[in-house]
Amino acid sequence: MTIRILFFASYRELLGSGELLLDLPGPGTVSDLLQDLWDRGEPYSALPASPVVAVNREFATLDTLLEEGDEVAFVPPVAGG
Amino acid sequence: MPKVAITESPIRAEEFLADLPSSSDGAMVLFLGVVRDHHDGRAVKGLVYEAYREMAEETLALIATEVEERFGTDRIAALHRIGALGIGEVATAIAVATPHRAEAYDASRYFLEELKKRLPVWKREEYVGGESRWLEGTIPPGTARKLGEREDGR
Repeated sequence: MTIRILFFASYRELLGSGELLLDLPGPGTVSDLLQDLWDRGEPYSALPASPVVAVNREFATLDTLLEEGDEVAFVPPVAGG
Repeated sequence: MPKVAITESPIRAEEFLADLPSSSDGAMVLFLGVVRDHHDGRAVKGLVYEAYREMAEETLALIATEVEERFGTDRIAALHRIGALGIGEVATAIAVATPHRAEAYDASRYFLEELKKRLPVWKREEYVGGESRWLEGTIPPGTARKLGEREDGR
């Protein structure tokens, strides 16, 4: 299944890119996706063990099940206002 | 209907407030968050804001709905600016109109505090001298953590 991954702010700078399309052997969770990214080595292995993520623009957890076409965003701690 | 948005354009208070109150409102509170010239003892030249735009606009709309339910008004407007801002420029504007002042103050405060906890927006401080850094932010309530991990992530 194809997942669209977004990286913002410090994560975007860390990874040198704001967006990634990933083909995951489905089904899987956010946790599986994170493992897949870590397995790619640098720079993705620098992603934290417990990142805040949003799936389809709602905050989610590592246990959230992903579906074809989902948008997963890695969200650094927020600092609006 | 609440009017909320993420914007690249400078925020002008008078345009922002235009047509907000209804004829039954006797109070209107405007909050403006502005860029200041210092932080933690360092001289700040400006800020760069970045947003997860679609989610941030949905979050502003959601907070506005909560304000409607809690404080009984739909005369709500909120803007958050993104991009590069200089000292004194408006980064955030929140306005609420209600029949009496107490609800307007409370609703304005509620909107701002929820925005700071939940809005997917980040800011990079640009210092006098050329350095810059992303400010440490807030972990939104109820978001992903490893089992058994403390809320502050330690």
